[in-house]
Amino acid sequence: MARYLGGRIVQAAAVLWAAFTLTFAILYLLPSDPMELQLAAAGVQEDSLTPGQLAAMKHRFGLDQSIWQQYWHHLAGVLHGDFGTSLSQQVPVSDLIGQRIGQTLLLSGTAAVVSLLAGSALAYLATFARWNPLRVFLTRLPALGASFPQFLVALFLIQFFSFQLGWFPALGTQGIKSLVMPVVTISVLTSSVLAQVLIKSFDDTLRQPYIVTARAKGLSRTAVHVKHAFRNAALPAMTILGVIVGLTVTSSIVTETVFTREGVGKLAQESVLSQDVPVVLAVVTIAAAIFVLVNLVVDLLYPLLDPRISHTRARPVPEVVTT
Amino acid sequence: MTATIAEPDQELQKPDDVRVGRRANLTANLAQLVRKPVFLLAVLYVLFVVVSAFRPRLFTSRGPYDTHPEAAAQAPSVHHLFGTDIYGRDLWTRVLYGSPLTIKATLIALAIALVAGLGLGIVSGFFGGLVDGLLMRAVDVLLAIPGLLLALSIVTALGYGTVPVAVAVGVGIVPGFARTTRAEVLRVKTLPYVEAARAGGASWTRVLLRHILPNSWGPVAVLAVLDAGVAIIAIASLSFLGFGAAPPAAEWGTLIADGRNYLVTAWWLSLLPGLFVALLVLGLNHISKTLQELTR
Repeated sequence: MARYLGGRIVQAAAVLWAAFTLTFAILYLLPSDPMELQLAAAGVQEDSLTPGQLAAMKHRFGLDQSIWQQYWHHLAGVLHGDFGTSLSQQVPVSDLIGQRIGQTLLLSGTAAVVSLLAGSALAYLATFARWNPLRVFLTRLPALGASFPQFLVALFLIQFFSFQLGWFPALGTQGIKSLVMPVVTISVLTSSVLAQVLIKSFDDTLRQPYIVTARAKGLSRTAVHVKHAFRNAALPAMTILGVIVGLTVTSSIVTETVFTREGVGKLAQESVLSQDVPVVLAVVTIAAAIFVLVNLVVDLLYPLLDPRISHTRARPVPEVVTT
Repeated sequence: MTATIAEPDQELQKPDDVRVGRRANLTANLAQLVRKPVFLLAVLYVLFVVVSAFRPRLFTSRGPYDTHPEAAAQAPSVHHLFGTDIYGRDLWTRVLYGSPLTIKATLIALAIALVAGLGLGIVSGFFGGLVDGLLMRAVDVLLAIPGLLLALSIVTALGYGTVPVAVAVGVGIVPGFARTTRAEVLRVKTLPYVEAARAGGASWTRVLLRHILPNSWGPVAVLAVLDAGVAIIAIASLSFLGFGAAPPAAEWGTLIADGRNYLVTAWWLSLLPGLFVALLVLGLNHISKTLQELTR
């Protein structure tokens, strides 16, 4: 077990390192000069600066070093929690993110919990319902939820609940009320994704012989559904928990932009608009880290929840004594 | 009892009556599809959007940039199906003229995903061993970066516009194609007819091109239809965030984002184009789902 654990952690670290390197390569190796992009986005003509000024600016952000030096510098920095300096705001990237990550984690975390509950409830109802039209409707609902672009869901919510009914504020980060619509926006997508997987898993589980056995020995439909089917159906769905969390994190980009919330997602959108390469690199690295971490935790927890899967070396099976 | 006796007779007759083969299969499948009204509706809508993308004049007589200040910000009516914007431009026309940009971007994204994904998947599944291990680790790394963020970093590096957005989205859906293709190739590779073809003296290249590829593209095609919907959402999201084509050209996402500022007074400006996009994605998802059920 210890060996599996160690191997799995090393593997996760390697994937994370590779993801960082790939993003670095995309951002720094493609034929575009970060400084030039940055100046163009800020509306400054590169010609208007003297070569001395340009060199000084490049030196300040470390852009005059060779690509390898920059890479090692960044990698070493990331390992110490230092993501360099923002090109557009000239403050440490870690400060920028530090101020905002609380908002985003609150939003994504709440959305993840809500979508877990809503997705499971929907899948449960869809497979439990007996009246066929309702069953078909509930089974098709997730496909509908997954087809709506998130910004559209957000705009519909704003139009209806802010402008028509006036229940929730259309933008801002004040109070718990402003959190409701962004969370719903994200959850519509993520709970649909989860429900689709869960419904399929439920359908497979309900066809298993032990379900028939449980029914045959006299358990009620509800008891079978809750005790026997749900736990077994939820196990395969757990593997997409990483995807769900990843989706809630990336959804914050669109959601925070629509609802004007000062979080990391909006920071990412603004940084792409202002071509702030170090900030983009930092946001992508952090999101990848969250994704890899959740997947690692799920992988490690899986054998604990499902005793049929074991990563310990198979113990010699005790011989069955037949008399 | 009679049923069990009747069965062998039917089986004996089969080779005479039923034409076997891919074409017969196809016609049978098509006949089955025609009987599904929702599926037909979805196909018709997707066809309509694609045709309107290439020939918008067929469905509107106005120009996308014709301003009519006297008819500004009018609600949807028979005259203006989707209403007009604050400059009096007909929104229906602008949505239709926005189609080519988004459809083109979707096709580019799908082409990238198909070529790269099919290539990676086939090489990986066919050669196996070390090559397979290396390629699949690379795919794992691509999957570790959440899709939209990978797209954002590519857009940061390449700049804004329809093509960079398409490339960014295309690269994001490569891993899915690579994995599906690989799984299919691995499955087909072990089937008896591949062995038979090899035993009959066919080279590996021939086996790959003539036997493995035609038999493994089914699930990949289903995935392609599904991913067309995913790509449309991603492209619309990216242009909604402001990384799409420069104004006055208007992709769907840009139209919706612009309309956002007038949500209180003119809700149709962003909600109707939004519904237009959502319906298209819904249609593609439904088509993909029906095809998937069919191939099962």
